[in-house]
Amino acid sequence: MRLWTTTIIAGVVAGALASPAAAQQEVRIGVILSYSGQFADPAKQMDNAIQLYIKQNGDTVAGKKIVLIRKDTGGIAPDLAKRLAQELVVRDRVDILAGFALTPNALAVGDVSHQAKKFMVVMNAATSIITTKSAFMARTSVTTPMLNQTLGTWAAKQGIKKAYTMVSDFGPGHDGEGAFHAGFKAGGGEIVGAVRTPVANPDFAPFLQRAKDANPDAMYIWVPGGAQPAAVGKAIVERNIDKSKVTIMGQDELVGENAIKSMNEAAVGIVSVSNYDFNLNNDLNRKFVEAYNKEFGRNPDIFSMGAYDGMHLIYEALKKTNGNTDAAALIGAAKGFSWQSPRGPMSIDPDTRDVVQNIYIRRVQKVGDKFVNVEFDTVPAVKDPVKEQMKKDGKPLQP
Amino acid sequence: MAEAAPRGMTDWIASRARWRIGEIVFWLACLLPLLPAQYLPSFLQPFWIFDRYLQLLSQIAITALFAISLDLILGYAGVVSLGHAAFFGLGAYAAGLISKFWFTDPLLGLLCSALLAGALGYISSFVILRFHGLALIMITLGLGQLLAEAANSASWLTGGADALQGIRAGKIFGVFEFDIYGQTAYIYALVVTFLVFLVARRITNSPFGMSIRGIRDNSRRMLAIGAPNQQHLRRVFTIAAAMAGVAGALLTQTTQTCSLETLNFQRSADVLVILILGGVGRLYGAMAGAIIYMIARDIFSDVNPQYWYFWIGLLLIAVVRYMPDGLLGGLSFLGSKLRRS
Repeated sequence: MRLWTTTIIAGVVAGALASPAAAQQEVRIGVILSYSGQFADPAKQMDNAIQLYIKQNGDTVAGKKIVLIRKDTGGIAPDLAKRLAQELVVRDRVDILAGFALTPNALAVGDVSHQAKKFMVVMNAATSIITTKSAFMARTSVTTPMLNQTLGTWAAKQGIKKAYTMVSDFGPGHDGEGAFHAGFKAGGGEIVGAVRTPVANPDFAPFLQRAKDANPDAMYIWVPGGAQPAAVGKAIVERNIDKSKVTIMGQDELVGENAIKSMNEAAVGIVSVSNYDFNLNNDLNRKFVEAYNKEFGRNPDIFSMGAYDGMHLIYEALKKTNGNTDAAALIGAAKGFSWQSPRGPMSIDPDTRDVVQNIYIRRVQKVGDKFVNVEFDTVPAVKDPVKEQMKKDGKPLQP
Repeated sequence: MAEAAPRGMTDWIASRARWRIGEIVFWLACLLPLLPAQYLPSFLQPFWIFDRYLQLLSQIAITALFAISLDLILGYAGVVSLGHAAFFGLGAYAAGLISKFWFTDPLLGLLCSALLAGALGYISSFVILRFHGLALIMITLGLGQLLAEAANSASWLTGGADALQGIRAGKIFGVFEFDIYGQTAYIYALVVTFLVFLVARRITNSPFGMSIRGIRDNSRRMLAIGAPNQQHLRRVFTIAAAMAGVAGALLTQTTQTCSLETLNFQRSADVLVILILGGVGRLYGAMAGAIIYMIARDIFSDVNPQYWYFWIGLLLIAVVRYMPDGLLGGLSFLGSKLRRS
C-alpha cells in the first residue's frame, strides 16, 4: 500500500515535469544522446553545436518555435534509447528525432522512426547500415567506410604497395579494418599483415615491432580515442619506426586534438583521413570556430560538426515544407538538399539519404608552436561506398 | 523430514505463506495503469498519466523480476554475486537469436531462454558455490566478464558492439502485437513477472526456502543437522539463473533490441544497488527497489541529463545511512515500532 502511494507521488511529479500538452505553433525535437557516462563528452560537443546553431539562427523556423527535449541514454543502451524514442513520440509528441552518437542506439531508434513515421536526423553514429532502418532518416555526420575505404583507395593511388593494418579488436575497429582493406586492395595494394589489438590497455610495442618486421610501406592504425593514441605515438618512437619510410595512417581519432596534444613531436608526419577538422582552411570554418570558442571556450570537433549540420538540415527542411512536420514531406525536402558547411560543400544523397561530402587527407605538422592537422589532399563529394555497393547489388536501402 | 516436522512448524510455514491484504492490493494496483484516462471521473483525468508510461512500467517489471532472481541467491541463500547479468544477458541473446533464426513465438522463446540460462546456472554453480566471501565475488565477476567478452568477440553471431540486428517481434498467442504505446509489452511483462514472483514466493515460504536461509545464517549447523547444503545451493542458484534469463528474454522481446550492455558489469551492479535500495532478503524489497530506482532515474535524467547519477548516488547514501535494511526493511521496522507503542 505504502509502496503504491510512493509510486503515485513519483508518477505525478514525473507527469508535472514532462508537461505533455503540445502547443500548436511548435516544432518539438527529441534529442537522444549519451549525456552521462563514458560517452558524455561527444554528447556535450554535439549539444554545444545544437545550442550554437539555435543561437545564431534564432529559435523560430517558418513561424514555428523550436523546442528541444533532451534524453540521456547513459552510453550504449539500445533498449533504453528505443523506449525513450517511443515515449518522445507518444507522450511528448515530438515531430523530429535527432542526436544519436552511438550506432546501437541509432539502429534501435530507426525502428521507431519508421513505425511512427517521424523524421530522424543522425548527427554522429557512423555505421553504414543505420540509414537503411527507416525511410524517414537522414544522416549529417559520416560513415566509417566513407573515411577508411577512401583512405585505402587514396593510399594505393599514392603508389603505396604494401600496407600492414593494426586495429582495435571490436566492432568499430573491425569496420575500419574491413573498409581500409577493401579500398586498398581495389586500388591494387597488398595487405602484408593484419593484427588486432586488445580493446583495453594494450601494449603496442610488440604489435608495432611485428608490423615493422613485415617491412610495409604504410601502417594503418585504428584505435579508440582517449588514452590509446598517445600510447601508439610513444610506441612508434620507441620502436624506431621512421615515418618518412613507413607512412603511419589512420582515421581522425588517431590524431584528434587531445591525442596530438599528448603526443606532441611523436605525432608529426602521421597521415589521417577526416571529414572535418577545426583547422580546416576556409572562411566559413574560421567564423564557426571563432563563434564556438567564444561560446564554449574550446574547439569544435567532428561531433560538433555533425550536430551543427544536422540542425541546419532540420531548419532548412522545415523552411522548405513551410513548417509542415510530416515525415514524408521533411525527408522529401532533405533528399538532394545541398549546402555550404564549415567542412566544405555537402549534400544529402537522394537515394540513400546519407551524407555526401569532401574527405580530407591531412598530415600532422608543426605550425607556429602548435602541432596541428594540415590537409594536403581532398577527395571531393564522397558517397558511402557500402551503400553504393548495396545499390549495385540491388539490395533494399530502406525497410 | 516433512512428515516428522512438528505440527507447530508446518503451521508456522503456512502462516507465512498466507496472502496479506497489502500484497493483493499491490498486485491489483499494478493493473491500474492499463485503464485509459477517459474512463475516469473528469477531475482525475489530468493527473492520470500512467497510460503514457507503459513502456517505462514494463521495463520496471522486467527489472523487478531480475532483482527478485538476485534476491533469491543473495538475500535468501547469501550467495553474493557481481556477475548476475551473465544469466540476464544469456537469456536476452537467446531470445533474440531464437526469434532471428528459428521461431518468433514469444512464450516458447521465453521458455527456451529460461532453460538455457538455467543450464548455464547449473553448470557454473559447481564452480561458483565452492567459494565464499571475496573469492566468490571475484569468481562471479569473472564469469560475467567472460561471457560479455565472448559475446563481443563472436560478433558474427551477436552483432558485437553494433548490437544484435534482425530480432523479429512475434505476436503473443499469435494475436497480441507489441505496440508503440507499450500496452502489450506491459501486460506481458507484468504477467510473466507475477508468475515468476509466485514461484519465488512459494520457494521462499517452503521448507526448502527455510533451509537455504539456514545455510545463509549458519551453514555449519545446517550440515550438522544433515542438510545437503551444496545441493540446496545449486538448486536455488539454477532457479535464480533461469529467472534472470526470463528477465533478459523479456527485455529483448518487448524492445526488440539486444546489446552487449545486457551482459556488462554495470547491469550486475545496478541490480545490486536496486536490491540494497529496496531491502535484501524480501521479495517486495526487490520490487520496491526496482520501482524507486527506475522512476528516480527517469525523473532525474529528465531534469538533468548530464549529472543525474549524482542524485541516484545521494539517494543510495541516504537510504543506506538511515535505513540499512533498505526501504522495506526501514518501513517494517517503523511498523513494528508503531505496533509496540
